[in-house]
Amino acid sequence: MIKIENVSRRTFLKASAALGGSFALGLFLDPITKLHPFYGKYIGLGSAEAAEGVATPAGTLSPNVFVSIDKTGTVTIVAHRSEMGQGVRTSVPMILADELEADWSRVKIEQATGDKVYGNQYTDGSRSVRHNFDRMREFGAVTRTMLEQAAAIQWGVSALECKAKNHKVVHGPTGRSFDYGELVDTAAGLKVPSAKRVALKDEKDFRYIGKPMTSVDFPDMMVGKAQYAIDVNRPGMLYAVVEHCPVTYGKVKSFDAAEALKVPGVKHVVEIPQNQPPIVFNTLGGVAVVATNTWAANEGRKKLKISWDNGPNEVYSSDSYKKAMADTARQRGKVVRDEGNVDKALMDAHKVVKADFYLPHYSHATMEPPSAVAEFKDGKCEVWSCCQDPQAARATVAGALGIDEKNVTSRVTLLGGGFGRKSKPDFAAEAAILSRQFGTPVKVTWTREDDLQHAYYHTPTALHVEAGLDKNGRVVAWHSNSVFPTIWSTFEKEDPQLGHAIELSLGYLDIPYNVPNLRLENGKAKAHVRIGWLRAVNNIPNAFAQNTMANMLAHEAGKDPYQFLLELIGPDRVLDLSKTAYWNYDQTYEEYPIMTSRLKGVLRVAAEQSGYGKKLGSREAIGLAVHRCFTTYVATAVRVQVAADGSVSIPRVDVACDTGRVINPDRVISQMEGGSIYGLSACFAQITAKQGRIEQSNFSDYTVARMTLAPKEIRVHLVNSGSQYPPGGVGEPGTPPFAPALCNAIFAATGKRITELPIDTGMLKA
Amino acid sequence: MAITLNINGKTQQVDVPAEMPLLWVLRDVVGLTGTKFGCGIAACGACTVHIDGVAVRSCALPVGNVSGAVTTIEGLSANGDHPVQKAWVKLNVPQCGYCQSGQVMQAAALLKMNPKPSDEDIEAAMAGNICRCGTYTRIRAAIKEAARG
Repeated sequence: MIKIENVSRRTFLKASAALGGSFALGLFLDPITKLHPFYGKYIGLGSAEAAEGVATPAGTLSPNVFVSIDKTGTVTIVAHRSEMGQGVRTSVPMILADELEADWSRVKIEQATGDKVYGNQYTDGSRSVRHNFDRMREFGAVTRTMLEQAAAIQWGVSALECKAKNHKVVHGPTGRSFDYGELVDTAAGLKVPSAKRVALKDEKDFRYIGKPMTSVDFPDMMVGKAQYAIDVNRPGMLYAVVEHCPVTYGKVKSFDAAEALKVPGVKHVVEIPQNQPPIVFNTLGGVAVVATNTWAANEGRKKLKISWDNGPNEVYSSDSYKKAMADTARQRGKVVRDEGNVDKALMDAHKVVKADFYLPHYSHATMEPPSAVAEFKDGKCEVWSCCQDPQAARATVAGALGIDEKNVTSRVTLLGGGFGRKSKPDFAAEAAILSRQFGTPVKVTWTREDDLQHAYYHTPTALHVEAGLDKNGRVVAWHSNSVFPTIWSTFEKEDPQLGHAIELSLGYLDIPYNVPNLRLENGKAKAHVRIGWLRAVNNIPNAFAQNTMANMLAHEAGKDPYQFLLELIGPDRVLDLSKTAYWNYDQTYEEYPIMTSRLKGVLRVAAEQSGYGKKLGSREAIGLAVHRCFTTYVATAVRVQVAADGSVSIPRVDVACDTGRVINPDRVISQMEGGSIYGLSACFAQITAKQGRIEQSNFSDYTVARMTLAPKEIRVHLVNSGSQYPPGGVGEPGTPPFAPALCNAIFAATGKRITELPIDTGMLKA
Repeated sequence: MAITLNINGKTQQVDVPAEMPLLWVLRDVVGLTGTKFGCGIAACGACTVHIDGVAVRSCALPVGNVSGAVTTIEGLSANGDHPVQKAWVKLNVPQCGYCQSGQVMQAAALLKMNPKPSDEDIEAAMAGNICRCGTYTRIRAAIKEAARG
C-alpha cells in the first residue's frame, strides 16, 4: 500500500554523511513517511501501515482508521492534521471523499488524537497534501470498492456491473441503487482489499479535487462556536499563567508569593520545573500562578517577587550581535557549495558588486497565543492543545510527567494560527505539570507578552554577497557567506553554531542562478535564545538576499531587472545539486526536482499579469522576486507607492504560484494571500534583545501588518495546477518572495536600496 | 461584587471584581468563549464586542464600567445570518478564524453606523483588528459585499 522510496533513503544517507551521521538509523530509513530524521527525532513519527487492520465497531464499515460509514450512510473522515487556517481539515478529507464518491454534505470530519496509528501527524513544512494525496485516494478507493462488492452480493450480480456514484452504488444494467448506509452490514463482513488491487478514479471524474471547497469549520467560526485550545473548559478547571525568566534559560533563585496569594481568586503559586539546554520542547521553567480565572492569575502574577539567576545569555544584545554577525559574514566561512573558481573570476570580473544583507529575529505571534488544558487523573493525562503535532505533544507531556505515552491522550483543537510556533508543545507540558500538582484540570494561557518574549524565534541572518559582472553584464561569479544561529542549537547538546544541512537547503544551497563560478559559505553564530522554525524559515533571508542582489546587479549592468533575472536563472534545466548535502523537503529529488522552466514560468506570469513595464506615477513602481521552496515556485510582483514622508502603500500584488496539482484552489489562493501578508509583516516588524531581554512586548511595538498597510488587492495566478506535476506545499512558499519584491519596487520608485529589514521608512522620504 | 449585565438579550448577574475586564467575565465566568483574547491592551481587536451596538475592546473595559447591552459574536444574529456573517462565508474570508469574531463584530458595527462605507472608511474602522493569517483583502471585499446587501 505504501510505496517504498529507495531514492529518498539514498538522499538521506548523503545528507547524514554531511552532518556527521548523528541520527538514529532506524528513523532515518523510515520509508513510509519520507521524513527527515530531524523530524523523526523530535516529533511523533507513526507508521502508516498500522492504519490497516483496526477493529471495526459493529454496524459500521471502517476498513482503516481514516474512514467509517454507519447505517445512516453518514461518512466520518478523520482529519489527522492540525487546522491552523490552511484548510487542511477540508483539503485532505476531500481527497478521500472524492475517491469514495461520497456526498460531501453527508461527510462528518472528526479530529484525530495524537496516535502513531495515523502515521505522521506533524502539520508543518507545507507537507500535509504532499504526503497524503496518494494515501487518501487509496483509502477512499478501498472503501468504495468494498461498497461496490457489497452491492453486488446483495443483488447477486457481478461487481463489475456495480459502480459507486455520489453516495450510492448503482447497478448499471437495471439502474437500481443502494445508498451507502444500506451496504454497511454486508461490506463490513468483507476482507479489506489491498490498495494495489483497487482502481483509482479517472481524473475527469473528480468531484472535489481541483474545485474550490469551503472549509468545514467556517460556520462555527462565524458564530463563536469554533473551539481553540484557549476556549476549552473542563469541570472544576483552574486558570494559570507562567512567569518565565526574562533571559532565556535563566533560573528562579527564589520567589515570594505572599502578595500574589492575597489577590482574590488566586489559589496557588508554584515553580515550574526548569530544563536546561538543549531545551527541545521541554518547559522553560518559571513561576506559575493558578487562579479561578485568567485575569486573577495575571493580577496575582503582577505581585510576584522573583529573584532570577539570569545566566550567561544576559550578554545578548541585538545591536552588537548584528555587527558581529556581519563581521563574520565578511570573513571566510565553511564552504558548503563550490563550483568553478570564484576568487579568480571575481578578480577577472569587469565589475564587482558587494552587499551586506541583514534580517532580524521574528516571532510567530499567532493570534491565539500558546494555550493548553490538561486534566490529570488516576495516573492518566488528557491534554487539549493548539499543537501542530499531537504526537509530539503527547510525548512531551509524557516526558514532563514521567509517565508512559499510552497514558496520555493528546487532543487537538483548532489552532488560532500556527506558523511553526505550535509545533513546539512546551505550553502543553506546563498545563500537565500543574494539573497533576493540583488535582484539577488546568488551563495555561500565555499572554501576548509571554508569546513575544519567550518564543522559539526565527533566526536573524547576516549575509555577505559579492558578485562579478563581465563586460556584457553577465554574472560570472557569485560568492556568499551566510551567518545565522541555528535551530539545532535548541535541540543538540553540542550547541552547534554552523547551519544544519536542512537549514542550508532552504533556499541557499539551491540558489537557482546560472553562474559558472559559485561559492556558498556559512559562518558561525552562537544562539542566545530558543531558535525555532517560523513560516518559510531560512527561505526568508535567502530569497531576500538573492532577489535583491540580482536586482542590484541588473542596475549595475544597465539592464531591466526582469529580463536580467530571467537570464540569471538561465536555460531550462533541472538544478544539479548532487554535489551538495541538499535536502528536498522530505521528497525525493527525482519526484520534485528544481526546474528552472517552472521558476521562470511563474516569474513571467507575475510580471505579465502585474503590468510590469508600464509607465506608472511618480514614486510608484512594480518590483519582482521569485523563489522556490517546499517544492513550490512562487513569483511575486508588488506595486508600491511611496509618499513624500516615506510611508509605503501597496495598491496591488500579483502572485504566480506553481505548486503542481491543486486540491482546493481557494485555499491555495488564500495561502498565497496570507503568505504575502506574513512577508509584509516581516518588512516592518522585528524582535530585538537587549541584555538578554526581548525589547518588544505586544502588538504596540511588534508592528505586524494591519489592514492599513495591506495591499488593496492581491491577485493570485495558479500555474500548472492540473496533473502535470504532483502536489507541492503551499503554507509557506508565499512568504519569501514578498519582501524582496517590495524592496525592489521601492528601489525602482525612489532609488533607495534596502538591504536590511525591517524597512526604515525614514530613509524613503522624498 | 454582584454586577448585572445584559448579554445577548439576557440579563444576568455575575459576582466578580468591578475592575475585571469584560473579556474575562465573558470567557471565564459566563462561558462565552467566542470573544477572543489576543493582546490584553486593546491593540489587536480580537476581543471586540458591541455595547449598545458600538464596537468596544472588551479586554480593556472593566466590567464595572459596562453601561449598556453587551452583544458578543454568539448573539450577533439568531442563525449566523447577519449580512456580515453571510458575506464572510461567501468570500471564504477566515483562515484560522481566531481573530474573525472580532473582525465580524467590528465590521457589523461599522455597517450599522455607516451602511455604505468607502474604502477609507473601511480601513479606518478595521485598522485596529489584526489578522496574522492575512485575510485583509477578503475582509475588505466582504464588508463591501455585506454593504451591497
